[in-house]
Amino acid sequence: MAHLKIDSITMQFGGLTAVKDFSLELQEGEIIALIGPNGAGKTTAFNMITGVYAPVSGKIYFKDRDITGLRPDQITRLGIARTFQNIRLFKELSVLDNVLIANHLHLKSNLFEAVFNLPRYRKEDKEMLERSLSLLEKLGLVNLRNEKSSSLPYGQQRRLEIARALATNPEILLLDEPAAGMNPKETEDLTEFIRQLREDFDLSIFMIEHHMDVVMGISERIYVLDYGITIAQGSPYDIQNNQRVIEAYLGVNGDA
Amino acid sequence: MKSKSLSQPSASLLVRIKERNVRLTLISILLLCLFLYYADKNFNAYQIRVLNLCAIYTVLGLSMNLINGFTGLFSLGHAGFMAIGAYTCALLTMPVAVKDQNFFLAPINETLREIVLPYPAALLIGGILAALIAFLIGAPVLRLRGDYLGIATLGFAEIIRIVITNLQTITNGAIGFKGIPAKTNLWWSFGIATFTTVFLLWLIKSSYGRAFKAIREDEIAAEAMGVSLFKHKVLSFVIGAFFAGVGGGLLGNLLGAINPLLFRFTLTFNILLIIVLGGMGSITGTVISAFVVTIGQEALRFLDQPFSLGFVQVPGISGLRMVVFSALLMLVVLFFSRGLMGTSEFSWDYIIDLFKRLGKPSGKPLSKGGTK
Repeated sequence: MAHLKIDSITMQFGGLTAVKDFSLELQEGEIIALIGPNGAGKTTAFNMITGVYAPVSGKIYFKDRDITGLRPDQITRLGIARTFQNIRLFKELSVLDNVLIANHLHLKSNLFEAVFNLPRYRKEDKEMLERSLSLLEKLGLVNLRNEKSSSLPYGQQRRLEIARALATNPEILLLDEPAAGMNPKETEDLTEFIRQLREDFDLSIFMIEHHMDVVMGISERIYVLDYGITIAQGSPYDIQNNQRVIEAYLGVNGDA
Repeated sequence: MKSKSLSQPSASLLVRIKERNVRLTLISILLLCLFLYYADKNFNAYQIRVLNLCAIYTVLGLSMNLINGFTGLFSLGHAGFMAIGAYTCALLTMPVAVKDQNFFLAPINETLREIVLPYPAALLIGGILAALIAFLIGAPVLRLRGDYLGIATLGFAEIIRIVITNLQTITNGAIGFKGIPAKTNLWWSFGIATFTTVFLLWLIKSSYGRAFKAIREDEIAAEAMGVSLFKHKVLSFVIGAFFAGVGGGLLGNLLGAINPLLFRFTLTFNILLIIVLGGMGSITGTVISAFVVTIGQEALRFLDQPFSLGFVQVPGISGLRMVVFSALLMLVVLFFSRGLMGTSEFSWDYIIDLFKRLGKPSGKPLSKGGTK
């Protein structure tokens, strides 16, 4: 049973086909990457998996369960969490609040229990706080917990976004360009960090990335999109030597 | 905004601080009660009425701030919910004889004529009915965002008003009600204002409050973090409408006479003025601003009368005092775009800190989530 199975999904915006017949299988514990030039439809593929868009055709299965067309919050509840290409933290709120909010989906207490701080809520609230603090501890953000999230340096905002996604207690983590805007040192740290995440949190990871060092360094398999079409898939070695991939990235020399 | 210090205060100290804050809060509530007792005995009818209005506008401002300030839904339907609360509460508290006097054009609906309930029950039913209508409106309308939501809710508030104008046998049409029993006194208005304040403070502090704020900050991210947008938006809208209904009930039984014209959209903008001046997303700001605006509106009444500036005689222009608020609003928008308090809240820790460092200048902002 594949952890996540995508069966030829297609997305069209008006006359434009952003992604065509995209298929993918993510096994449990795997790290795979999706690469492709700008505008290839990578983020659109992500948005279909997480329910932001419903695919025009095709199916998405999470552990053999059809999740096509569910709302984003329902999909997160099932165990697929994501980060965003352009960081989307709750800017005005503290680091701790950002992580606490991601715990809200597991809350069982109703509104009245929460407002009047009744025993069940008090217990759940305490658990949420402990979980969040230990998560921040693991990700090295615990000292910054009272800072406004938008005041963090860029690299730590990315890290906080991952912490927030982890707080929803996911089985699959989708990372949309986690290394965007990072310098080589930060990129190197990130590669190690992602590998560590998989061990610590028992995750399957699917990421979009442009930095080839990250992609080639940690992903077990790579899918390549170009103009919405999957032009290649395979191990990092295969991809590096695939003629079509090289053409897509560097362009074809027409009549030289 | 730097955190105070990275070293952790000991647990026992935190408990002591918390106990101290609870004590201070209880003392303040006691002081408020003493003040109300004094005011009730010694103030004249006009002053008491202004105080009542302050408390009622606090309830209304807070309920609107929950929807607009904390959840970030641009809703302009408040007057409609207030109208539902006011009419329901008035109908349920008026004695049969008064009802008969009011309905001289067409007789009142037989069942409604007979029902006379105690004031608290009437207020509660008014609030619940407003919440129910808010649920029916909110379910479709809350799919809209930003300005579109504002226009749709404004439209629904007008629809409520028009429906009320035309339900002759229930609402007495355009004439409205006169002689509504004056049940609203300082204890009711301030009691409910305090309850609303505490309820909303606790709500905002809870996990649900965090979810509301997450929606305000970034809907897409909130949804990706598992917050059901529909559920939480409707929840916030319905709770806001409930308190708006209760506030409307208090207002109707304070004024003694209501008609549909009272609930035009200008009423919504008066409340919007309060929350914008006070700070969208600050409970403290709304409370302060509700008092300042209400008392200000009364204190500036002399502007509506003819007065002399020494060299020029100004004739009585009714509504001139509202110009002051327009100017104030412009100044706030230009120079304090986040209102008086922004999203900060009152906290005892801050006040005590302030006293300790008295004389020493400081730019430390208020810490969040205090007690009031």
